[in-house]
Amino acid sequence: MAVMTPAGDYRTSYREDMTIFPTRNSRLALWLGLALLCAAPLVLGRYELGLLVNIGIMGIAALGLNILVGFTGQISIGHAAFFGFGAFASAWLHEQFHIPVVLCIPLAGFMTALIGLVFGAPAARLKGLYLAIATLAAQFILEDFFARAQWFTGGVAGRITEPFELFGWRADREESFFYVVLAFVILMFVGAANLMRTRDGRALVAVRDHYLSAEVMGINLAYYRTLSFGIASFYAGVAGALYAHYLLFVSVEAFTILLSIQFLGMVIIGGLGSVMGSLMGAAFMVLLPEAVQMVADALAGGAIDRALRLGNSISFLREMTIGAAIILFLIFEPDGLARRWRLIKAYWKLYPYSH
Amino acid sequence: MDWSLLLQLTLNGLIVGALYGVVAMSFVLIYKASQVVNFAQGEFLLVGAWVCWWLLTDWQLPFWAGFLFTLAFMTLFGMILQVVVLRPLIGEPVISVIMATIGLGIFFQALMKWIFGVFAKPFPPIFAAEQVSVFGLQVQTVYLMSLGISVLIMAGFAWFFTASKHGLAMRATAFDQQVAQSLGVSVPKVFAMSWAISAVVSSVAGVVVGVVNGVSSALSFYGIKVFPAVILGGLDSVVGAVLGGLIVGLLENWAQYIDAEWLNWGNMYTIAPFYALILILLVKPYGLFGTKNIERV
Repeated sequence: MAVMTPAGDYRTSYREDMTIFPTRNSRLALWLGLALLCAAPLVLGRYELGLLVNIGIMGIAALGLNILVGFTGQISIGHAAFFGFGAFASAWLHEQFHIPVVLCIPLAGFMTALIGLVFGAPAARLKGLYLAIATLAAQFILEDFFARAQWFTGGVAGRITEPFELFGWRADREESFFYVVLAFVILMFVGAANLMRTRDGRALVAVRDHYLSAEVMGINLAYYRTLSFGIASFYAGVAGALYAHYLLFVSVEAFTILLSIQFLGMVIIGGLGSVMGSLMGAAFMVLLPEAVQMVADALAGGAIDRALRLGNSISFLREMTIGAAIILFLIFEPDGLARRWRLIKAYWKLYPYSH
Repeated sequence: MDWSLLLQLTLNGLIVGALYGVVAMSFVLIYKASQVVNFAQGEFLLVGAWVCWWLLTDWQLPFWAGFLFTLAFMTLFGMILQVVVLRPLIGEPVISVIMATIGLGIFFQALMKWIFGVFAKPFPPIFAAEQVSVFGLQVQTVYLMSLGISVLIMAGFAWFFTASKHGLAMRATAFDQQVAQSLGVSVPKVFAMSWAISAVVSSVAGVVVGVVNGVSSALSFYGIKVFPAVILGGLDSVVGAVLGGLIVGLLENWAQYIDAEWLNWGNMYTIAPFYALILILLVKPYGLFGTKNIERV
């Protein structure tokens, strides 16, 4: 995956080769984008901000899954359970030990990472299909645990959580919580982008590309497979904790296998092994149901609406479009939105000589 | 100890286990022939059961006619799925193929909910006598029918793979695609055929379960219960799949018995097979009877 830079590759040092944002324009775009996002709460309404917050939270979780699936080549169909575990863990830590929410969120991440390592222990020896099945089992076991562990999750009734608070500043509305999520998104994404530039990150990619060769080169397979499972769970836990303190209420029903599938869909649609792609995939997955809703609203009252009973079955239509989107992307654009984005960028860089 | 309850649950376990075995068998069939892990197996049951229900209630067909039409429909359905969705993915990494079948699964599950609603709907009664007595135990007639059908399907599979030309071609393809191709077996045809057979067999199981419990999206959970069964039995063994199904069926019911008598945790019925699955994978990463892949660089 060569990064397209205008008119050749003039790097003369390793330092230059390792930069995340290689050109002046890309750095400029970054600062501009950040400034725009910081100004967003002044312009956008609560609903749009809520969507952005959701994209950020889902993006963090999807990034974790992408480290597992896209970078290490393992698979997990239990990501939503870890996401949920993070949500409950953060709420529980706050209520039980009165730890401030700021600390609860990373702590919940570490707790989830521990649970991830427990279920990741079989993952050290498994791959592909067997791992998919093992994580599927983890999903059902954890879901059952959520419903049963009254002390931890509040059982079937769910658990009320406290809003995020820092030095007396309460983030209990979309306008304020947006900045919290933004800060976490930046932290987690820079973390992931940097992870991929370290020895450990390259080891993960080596395990994905050819695990036998990686082992021959002295990479400890079991260690790195388990490690990537732990990192993925950490990301899921942090995202789940953010989710809990955003909604101010967590209950078991939110973390079903459908959400796990949605996370996998984000990774596939965004692009396997692409850090930015995870965020794009999350945005796609969050906005897709909105688009379905808009189409249904536009058709409401018409003949099509009456014939197909669109109004009553909007949730099924959403699920159907999610399934269809996953299949269509796999068939027609297996490298996901990240590749599309690179193509668009390359087109404009080389314009008007793009062919 | 409540012996009659235990006996009843064991019988239930065997009957349900035989159904799991049938579904697991059709799962293994797809995996062996085309190396695709089908996460949409449960949706085959669901689609088959709903189509049959629709033919029987909306069209008022007699059971045998509706059943035959369902089988014909499922043949086409399986083939079309393979050709349209799975064929373009040949050669893609295993994660992509798994994701495609998962996508198919949620697509069809949502489609069925959209068309037929979320509530369980009962089949019109098929047998005159609701219950018959076997060795002093009251057994529903449909259960007996389901056991009979399961055994019939298993025998059919055994005959198909050992004596029929197509079955032998399928086994050859599963063994080595290139060799099979050079011997004149059309590999794409075998792939399509394996999906068609798998869909048909699953839909039979779907109709049977539908007749017993009513048709609802809960049917697709059978597709998930298949995984403990195939991990127990080994992914590439048809006999193992049947055994695995029976074991899972018994395990569920015994877990429920133990739970009801001593533990009182609730919900062990659904969760116990998954605990067993994790334990087995910890000890034997390729399942109990599965062949270990020896990879050469």
